Amino acid sequence: MKVAYWPGCVSRGFTPELHGSMAAVAPLLDIELVELDRACCTGAGVIAEHNQELADTLNARTFALAQAVEGADLMMNICSTCQGAQSECQERLDANSEYREHVNGTLAAEGLSYEKGLTNKNFLWLLVEEIGLENLKQKVKRPLTNLKVGPFYGCYIVRPTDRLGIDDEHPRDHYLHWVIEALGGTVIDYAGVHKCCGFPIITMNKDASLTQAGRHLSDAQDAEADCLVVPCPLCHLNLDLQQPLAKKAVGRDDLSMPVLHLPQLVGLALGLEPKQLGMSKHVVKPTSVIDWSSAVVGAPVA
Amino acid sequence: MAVDVEAQPGMAQKPGPESFTLRVRRYDPESGEAPYWEEHTIELEPHRSVLEGLLQAKGRFDGSIGIRCSCKAAICGSCGVRINGQPGLACHTHLDKARASAQGDDGVIVVEPMGNMPVIKDLIVDMDAVHWKKIQRVTPWLINKQPVPEREYIVPHENMVDVTQTMACIQCGACVSDCLSMEVDPLFIGPAALAKAYRFVGDPRDAEQYERLKDLAEDPHGIFDCTHCFNCIEACPKGVAPMSQIMRLRRVTTQDHHIVDRNNGERHERAFVSLIRDYGLLHEAELLPRSYGGDSWFGKFHPAAGQQLLGSLPVLARGLATGKFTPKKAIFGHRIAKADLKAVKAIYDKVEGKPRRYELNLYISGYEDEPEPAVPAAVGAEDGGMPSAPGPDPHEPTSASESESA
Repeated sequence: MKVAYWPGCVSRGFTPELHGSMAAVAPLLDIELVELDRACCTGAGVIAEHNQELADTLNARTFALAQAVEGADLMMNICSTCQGAQSECQERLDANSEYREHVNGTLAAEGLSYEKGLTNKNFLWLLVEEIGLENLKQKVKRPLTNLKVGPFYGCYIVRPTDRLGIDDEHPRDHYLHWVIEALGGTVIDYAGVHKCCGFPIITMNKDASLTQAGRHLSDAQDAEADCLVVPCPLCHLNLDLQQPLAKKAVGRDDLSMPVLHLPQLVGLALGLEPKQLGMSKHVVKPTSVIDWSSAVVGAPVA
Repeated sequence: MAVDVEAQPGMAQKPGPESFTLRVRRYDPESGEAPYWEEHTIELEPHRSVLEGLLQAKGRFDGSIGIRCSCKAAICGSCGVRINGQPGLACHTHLDKARASAQGDDGVIVVEPMGNMPVIKDLIVDMDAVHWKKIQRVTPWLINKQPVPEREYIVPHENMVDVTQTMACIQCGACVSDCLSMEVDPLFIGPAALAKAYRFVGDPRDAEQYERLKDLAEDPHGIFDCTHCFNCIEACPKGVAPMSQIMRLRRVTTQDHHIVDRNNGERHERAFVSLIRDYGLLHEAELLPRSYGGDSWFGKFHPAAGQQLLGSLPVLARGLATGKFTPKKAIFGHRIAKADLKAVKAIYDKVEGKPRRYELNLYISGYEDEPEPAVPAAVGAEDGGMPSAPGPDPHEPTSASESESA
């Protein structure tokens, strides 16, 4: 399938391994990525906090660019925060035609216009709803047997449930669990699964932010997870890049929890090599995941 | 003439009583014993509430179960509990829905006291120790502008509509229960109290909006301590959306009153917003120094930035060492093409150049129409697009309104 692909900022900035692993995994899943390289940042909620109309207009511009991608089935992102920020703007734009026209009036200077009804899915949603778990299972070449994976969703992709289309038919707040299982791994449930990584307040209340990250990592480690998997690069920044500080914040010297991006976990199971997936770029080395002598996913592709 | 109601064709049969199992967390701190779980099976019609189930268990099996309740109609806000891990009102949760959302396959409904507050007994938490203390913290009354008019205040309709969402709060504490910032920082003023603060900040009759905002911005546990997790929005049984009110408080603080706080809240917002204007994409390495030292490339040399940045240097060093980013990326960042950057700047100029902000509050304006039924996903309108998410119930269509800041 062809998708208008919004990679976000951080996946091309401080977590380039996310963008790289998505590019490596996409062809294996028959996804054609048409990158929206003209679009700007979603604002991650901060621009909306500053000026709602500004955030709505900037995101409407991205939506309009996505709608202009010929033959694309939908728009896809690889960042929970992008999904949440875009869904919030889209909710307002779709709810009120007068407001939509008002925003489109600004976009008209560039010859762009957003039409109500864009489908925008995080890679996680696309995996379950478009590709399908059965299909995904059949593509697995190196099942994640015995790998104990803790899902970490990130707030923006699970709340508010009505805005994000989470209901009995679309239990999107359980998809990460399903994907881990489909790839042959074992799901580790721990207290932090649906909690906040703390990233948004890292500059305002560093202690609280790092304590949040540290607690979830500790909970996962205590529940004997080998690694966490995240569909959000901002969560990855606080859970991986900041882990040495988070560990101090919660007084856990023994903390060492590798954090994988979702496309990396999928890529490993589909037979890609850790290096191709940029797993050497993590601050906490994913040794427990890819150590050839002890691990599970390290085995050569069958 | 007597009509046999039972015999009416097409009329749905009223569902009879069914069995529901409640798993209640029991705890009496005065006993010195540890908390424990207790299961009771009750018989009620499925549309009846979890509160009615608890009261039946109390009446039939164990009169010592502690639960606070009064109106049984989602008005008084007394019976806040956690049901299957989610905060809410026991009287506002149907038994059948609670059973359907049970986490185990056995359909057992788990009822616990709310979080972030100490337990007095069983399902009763100490609202005074946390919730009400925080409400008091925000001066929850109107400070009249002087002179007070002889007769009533005349307030523009749109100003009062603006605060109706916060006025819907029934002080049940569900949002406080699951606030993730408060979980790590118990001093955080929290969602309910900050929503209450907007009630007065948004009221044109109040004389001390600047002082209120300055106070809440400068408090290290104030408006900039909210981590944006949406838990309070999800928890609220009344649609108050406390987090949205906190974001409005921030907006009015930074945009209308130009308050620069010591918690980096205003600087962080300004740095983020201007980095996107200048680069189109987030320049992560610049965000931190500008949040600490001010919104310019020289921000990092500001004394206020020094200590903070020193602490962040190991992080930067780790990123460079692992090859996460190159020195070039750390210094110059990444940006979108020139023509696109120009378009982004033009949007900024146009929107920010307006004398008044244009805001759409869906709580007030509602949703225009029903979401379209799900059809095969498509981006292009001519292919038949679909909304990405089913929306809430439709409301009366109304137009977007311009909101004037307080």
